Amino acid sequence: MKVIDPHIHMSARTTDDYEAMAAAGVVAVIEPAFWLGQPRTNVGSFIDYYSSLIGWERFRAAQFGIAHYCTIGLNSKEANNEALAEEVMDILPRFLTKEGVVAVGEIGYDEQSPLEDKYFRAQLDLARELEMLVMIHTPHRDKKKGTTRSMDVALEHGLEPSRVVIDHNNEETVREVLDRGFWAAFTIYPKTKMGNERMVEVVRQYGSERIIVDSSADWGVSDPLAVPKVANLMAQRGIAEHDIHMSCYQNALDAYGQSGQFNEADWLNPAAIDQRTLFEGNSVLRGQAPRVDEDEPAKDVAVG
Amino acid sequence: MGSLQDKCLELLRGWLARQLDAAARAWLDEQLAKAGKADRDLYLAIGLAPRKLGKADLELGPEDLTAADAARRGWNPAGWSVDQASRVALLLAAARDEGAFPAKLEQLCNTADVRELIAFYQGLPLYPNQEVYVARAGEGARTNMKAVFEAVAHRNPYPAERFDEHTWNQLVLKAVFVGSSLNAIHEFDRRRNEDLAHTLVDYAHERWAAGRTITPELWRAVGPFIDESMLDDMKRVAESYIPAERQAGVLALRESGMPGAKTLITLSPEIVSEVEAGRVSWETIASEIEKPQ
Repeated sequence: MKVIDPHIHMSARTTDDYEAMAAAGVVAVIEPAFWLGQPRTNVGSFIDYYSSLIGWERFRAAQFGIAHYCTIGLNSKEANNEALAEEVMDILPRFLTKEGVVAVGEIGYDEQSPLEDKYFRAQLDLARELEMLVMIHTPHRDKKKGTTRSMDVALEHGLEPSRVVIDHNNEETVREVLDRGFWAAFTIYPKTKMGNERMVEVVRQYGSERIIVDSSADWGVSDPLAVPKVANLMAQRGIAEHDIHMSCYQNALDAYGQSGQFNEADWLNPAAIDQRTLFEGNSVLRGQAPRVDEDEPAKDVAVG
Repeated sequence: MGSLQDKCLELLRGWLARQLDAAARAWLDEQLAKAGKADRDLYLAIGLAPRKLGKADLELGPEDLTAADAARRGWNPAGWSVDQASRVALLLAAARDEGAFPAKLEQLCNTADVRELIAFYQGLPLYPNQEVYVARAGEGARTNMKAVFEAVAHRNPYPAERFDEHTWNQLVLKAVFVGSSLNAIHEFDRRRNEDLAHTLVDYAHERWAAGRTITPELWRAVGPFIDESMLDDMKRVAESYIPAERQAGVLALRESGMPGAKTLITLSPEIVSEVEAGRVSWETIASEIEKPQ
């Protein structure tokens, strides 16, 4: 079964993860720009981070036969450093037009502070100006109010709900998100937020329309195989194949495909130029076999 | 104005105009007219090029490649794509302001995606004041993204013309290391040198010690510099069970004036006659390697 993980921070993951993901059927990933755990102190750190999302990480994923995309944005936590946030806002437009950037994101609220609100709104305006989709991170604390507020503000700034993905939902938020016409994404964490079993029950109750499963795997305790595992669990629990396909593949494709930067052909039948640029020939394309069996480039990576 | 940049820009524009529809052509022309002015417009146009113009292969005939080489010796746009050609065209338009251009290019490279980097590096031989870009080209030669590395290393006259011996040798070593063809490196034979030959033979010893194979192309750099210490190595290559290695051994030995080398060649009369008939060469070895598995 093919699955998409539309929210995963691959820069924080190992090549073992890439291999395991490819073997488990993950064909494409979206890596949202976010907080690195350690706060950044200057705009150059953001420039290099965004560059690595559109450059090195994209290339690294392709070596394992996985198509890599990203979202670019100023995360809510670091929006609280106003001087830095101003500088980041200046450089954002340069990155938003790059190859494989599918949305502005992940943006939204953490503590729901005034500065977070200011830069959330500024980025929503940028998304509208550049006709881009938006991926919204909902806060972990005071989630229900924060989720409602995120949607209110998105509408206030003229975004179409069908062009906004609300992420990190739970049983308490999903109803309102779906009722208001937004995409509802669920992050499967092994210990917090949504667990696998709970996700199965959400799909059982709400069906699969506009529901998206992701792992948000990062440098914390998290599981890069969360999406294929949930898909398997759904099958075991008797969820219809159609609902599994929609929630673990098709909805992500439909939502982010609106960007024009996220097309099934990219992984099913890459253009010749993309093969030359990212896949280096036919071996990955044809056999879906990870390229790591060729030891030299990997070794060069390790020492370089 | 008749500068090299204008000539190349005119060629690129002509090739693109043949392939683009009217709307795309109009967009490109508008961006080219603006490219020398506000930085923001240039950066945006370069970023948007694939979204506006697509990513099709640039369709070039033999006469186009001849015209490219005539405009700028060694310029080989075979294998370019539409977005790549338009990005280089935009850079050439911006390069009319020669003084400001290197800093602009540097900034573009620092925030580039993979496909942009390929375009920027492939454009190297066309920019004004060629001596300015050596460090930038060296950066491209250090990348681990193979397609970006090859934008510098392959079908690009810039390294052969501008790299000093050390940087050049590192480029060749890196190519061997990441499994990139040596045959596609412009003027490879002219830039061969004794230091490179010894480094590559050391590398071969490392590989053999680890029980690994070596690209037969490696011996192309060694041939003219074979000395007494390498004769055993050359014997091993010429007697390899891998046909391409035996061929490479003979080709390398033929470039050596050493008496010992001449003796080794006599052990492979059938390859010698294939070489003399033009059926075995560094090019045939390279194309054999590049065949899809």
